[in-house]
Amino acid sequence: MSTETDTSSTGGSAQPAADGGAARRSRKADVVGGPGAGPGGARPGAGARRLVAWASGAAGVLLLVLLPLLNISLPGVLPGPSYTPGSLQLLAMSMLMAAAALTYHLLLGVAGLLSFGHALYFGAGVYGLAIILQNFDIPLLPAMGLTLLVVIVLAHVVGSISLRVSGIPFAMVTLAFAQAGSVIVGRNPDGRTGGDEGMTLRTDNLPDFLVGVVNTRNLYWLALAVLVAVFVIVTWVQSSRAGHTAAAVRENELRVRVLGLQPYLVKLLIFVLSAILVSVIGMVFLLLQSGAVPRAISSDLTIMLLVMVVLGGVGSRWGAVVGGVFYTILDQRLTTLANSEAVKSLPDILRVPLSEPLFILGTLFILVVLFLPGGLAGTAERLAQRRRGTSAGSGGTETPQDILEDAA
Amino acid sequence: MSTLVLLLFTGLGLGALYFLVAAGLSLIYGLMGVLNFAHGAFLTLGAFTGWEMARRAGSDNWGVFLLSLVIGAAAGAAFAAFTEFVLIRRLYQRHIEQVLVTLGLSLAAVALFDGTWGTDPVYIQGPAWFKDTTDILGARVPNDRFVCIVAALLVLLALVFFLKKTRYGMIIRAGVENRSMVTALGIDVRKAFTLVFTIGGAAAGLGGVLASHYFGYVSPMLGGSLLIFAFIVTVIGGLGSLTGAAIAAVAVAVLQQFANFYLGGTGDFVVVLALALVLLFRPTGLLGRTA
Amino acid sequence: MSTAAERSATEAPPILRVEGLNARIAGQQVVEDVSFTVPATGITALLGRNGVGKTSTIKAIIGLIDRAGVVELAGERIEKEATFKIIQRGVGYVPEDREVFSELTVAENLRLAERDAAPRRQLVEELFPDLLARSGQMAGTLSGGQQQMVSLARALLNTNKILLVDEPTKGLAPKIVGEVAETLAEAARTVPILLVEQNLHVVRQLAEGVVVLSGGRVVHTGRALDFLDDARLIQRHLGVSSDTASHGETAAEPAQKGAAL
Ligand SMILES: Nc1ncnc2c1ncn2[C@@H]1O[C@H](COP(=O)(O)OP(=O)(O)OP(=O)(O)O)[C@@H](O)[C@H]1O
Ligand SMILES: [Mg+2]
Repeated sequence: MSTETDTSSTGGSAQPAADGGAARRSRKADVVGGPGAGPGGARPGAGARRLVAWASGAAGVLLLVLLPLLNISLPGVLPGPSYTPGSLQLLAMSMLMAAAALTYHLLLGVAGLLSFGHALYFGAGVYGLAIILQNFDIPLLPAMGLTLLVVIVLAHVVGSISLRVSGIPFAMVTLAFAQAGSVIVGRNPDGRTGGDEGMTLRTDNLPDFLVGVVNTRNLYWLALAVLVAVFVIVTWVQSSRAGHTAAAVRENELRVRVLGLQPYLVKLLIFVLSAILVSVIGMVFLLLQSGAVPRAISSDLTIMLLVMVVLGGVGSRWGAVVGGVFYTILDQRLTTLANSEAVKSLPDILRVPLSEPLFILGTLFILVVLFLPGGLAGTAERLAQRRRGTSAGSGGTETPQDILEDAA
Repeated sequence: MSTLVLLLFTGLGLGALYFLVAAGLSLIYGLMGVLNFAHGAFLTLGAFTGWEMARRAGSDNWGVFLLSLVIGAAAGAAFAAFTEFVLIRRLYQRHIEQVLVTLGLSLAAVALFDGTWGTDPVYIQGPAWFKDTTDILGARVPNDRFVCIVAALLVLLALVFFLKKTRYGMIIRAGVENRSMVTALGIDVRKAFTLVFTIGGAAAGLGGVLASHYFGYVSPMLGGSLLIFAFIVTVIGGLGSLTGAAIAAVAVAVLQQFANFYLGGTGDFVVVLALALVLLFRPTGLLGRTA
Repeated sequence: MSTAAERSATEAPPILRVEGLNARIAGQQVVEDVSFTVPATGITALLGRNGVGKTSTIKAIIGLIDRAGVVELAGERIEKEATFKIIQRGVGYVPEDREVFSELTVAENLRLAERDAAPRRQLVEELFPDLLARSGQMAGTLSGGQQQMVSLARALLNTNKILLVDEPTKGLAPKIVGEVAETLAEAARTVPILLVEQNLHVVRQLAEGVVVLSGGRVVHTGRALDFLDDARLIQRHLGVSSDTASHGETAAEPAQKGAAL
């Protein structure tokens, strides 16, 4: 008497004999090597929107290129008109930080690697180039090449050891390695790193157009070029086979292994690549700051990059850029605020917190993690989607929480 | 010989401090999967409140010192309980976001310490006996080392007793091994979460007061610098293992002291090297469970 | 002839009702719109090939994985509750791979599981005398069969409204399989059981009703014997020939079943 739809003994609503359940299960699109499988690729209108995004990006870059020639004032954001060295310095710094945040995005947002040692490679770029220029009489480009060689070796060694563990242990281990670097710089071996004082850039072998305050705008353009180049490279990596594989590894390492790919090597590749990129940014940072400071290799810098990426929105390239710029400018502004008479005259209970930029940034960071999981980019996206009337989360795109979950 | 003994005791004293930080870190990670970057801030707060209390009491006798230990531990515990209850609990099971929140908290807290107590180290005094040395096999070992070692041993014993002999200790041990099965037995593990945070914070706060006597000063950076070595200790010892943390704390600190003395100040470097070796040959740490 | 299962289905309300249950793991739907009920007496088997979502269904019921849908225990909705609260309502859970705490002793494992004011230690000691002798041993050093005893004992210590037992005979020697089956039959005298089981002899021996899953969905519900005797159904849903199912059926089977009621 028991038939396929019989419910007399155990009750409940039994399904008819459809045994196609497995096929009906929703799965994420297989991203390995699948062209057009990227997020949003299947949605109508996405192509047009992407075109608009690139066009407005290009227009933005053009504006930034022209900025040193214009007289634009942004009170509260820039210390002076846009052509003044002070403003150009701040803008160049925020673009370099945005680029550095992009390289961190490559680690966390693409490969799901929560590294606490990224500053090691930034610092290796800064100190490596400074030390080589200090001690050898070679021109800038070969010196940079030499530094890069050191970074590549270093990243391979550290990466291949650290990647033996994943998740939180990976975070701890990368932190420890970076700390060793930071300690070495602090110890000032043979007087080569300048210890706590840092070192001043020796300019003898540098091209003239990169030296001195009058040339700040050349450095500004250099920083802009670095940012654009890093953005393009990161975009390219993400859309390459390695990028797709890395994203697939992040989501489901086992599945990738089953497909015969090597998660370890892909992760190492991304790790080394982002180290290379951030070390180049470090070298330009050295030129811009005309010196190396211990902070450039400290864990504080890594944490700052992480904060930028999270503020901007994990998993989003534009988020990393916006987060980097936003953080750098806010930090600078808050420092100015902290030293202002208005704050100094406040009662202690307000003065103490307001005079500590890191207190405000740290608190802001906590609030973003708790209440704005997508960061600035995610929030903007949600608002835009609400205006367009499409519901968030449709189309199978990953949320920042998913990505963070993958990194655990 | 006397140098050897001195180095050994100095290393043991430092290892005691590492252990006080690493014990909480390791238990918190083991039970909850949270890498607690705010742990250094618990320590620093303990150190400052202990110092502040001693300063107000205006004397350096033993009574004041012991009271400062209690106050420091209480401050660390309160801060830690607050952290778990207000921040961590909202992000249940979202480990990376939990790490990020503790990171933000440590930035904000250290900045607040900077603003309140200044960025410069504050030099402190303990009971006069701390300054004296005790002669052991010809080595003149500063007495504050013994205080650290004894305190850490007492904490270790208390923790072992708690973990082995009480129901909550049992829940914590079980939770470190398989948290979801603990809930599947009808036990509310969240209470255990608050508890390990509080205990970890108390140990760190106590460690803060002791560290300020060991180093002779308090500064907002105190916790951060110890925290990194405590991370290394927890990884080497095996995440979640209290005994592992104790062994690794002593091993790391002694190694560091010896390398600093005999290998030209390379202690920190050697420690990272040791970490790399452990990871290469035993990625789960000395006493970590093999996955 | 009206069977016991039918009687219970019509007379007593079900102890567990699952309606439209959905669950995802790592973004993948592993339980899809699952609905069934478990009667207030006897053993109901949850069957299906490897990986169809049996374990996930059980875990979704007690909230060990994120779920949506309706879950009713003795008429009360529990799908929004935390796992520990669901268990405290009177659910005994015996997980798939025993999941004893390997670094706790046998005694500690059992003590941890005690929920009731007066846990039935005596019953457990009678059922598993072996465990009493090994109470100081680390559970991780027990044999697979002994670990399964600990896992069962943890659930049987308390008074439960239902037991959820996931593959209790997995990887055990035939003799131990028989012991486990006996224990379950014994337990089923007083508490209804939802049992995931691959061994069809055991199913035949113990179960009255079956719920069959495929691809995360319910594809069949009915009486156990009707299902087990239908070669076509078994072939289609479990992918085994019915020989394996009926082979070795013994006279003990009806007796067991009578005892269970
Ligand atoms: N942690 C996990 N991550 C990814 N997928 C998982 C996870 N756990 C289960 N799954 C998938 O969910 C599906 C259902 O698994 P489940 O364990 O519920 O199956 P089952 O019916 O109990 O199988 P078995 O008879 O082998 O125990 C499977 O396809 C499995 O691969
Ligand atoms: Mg299963």
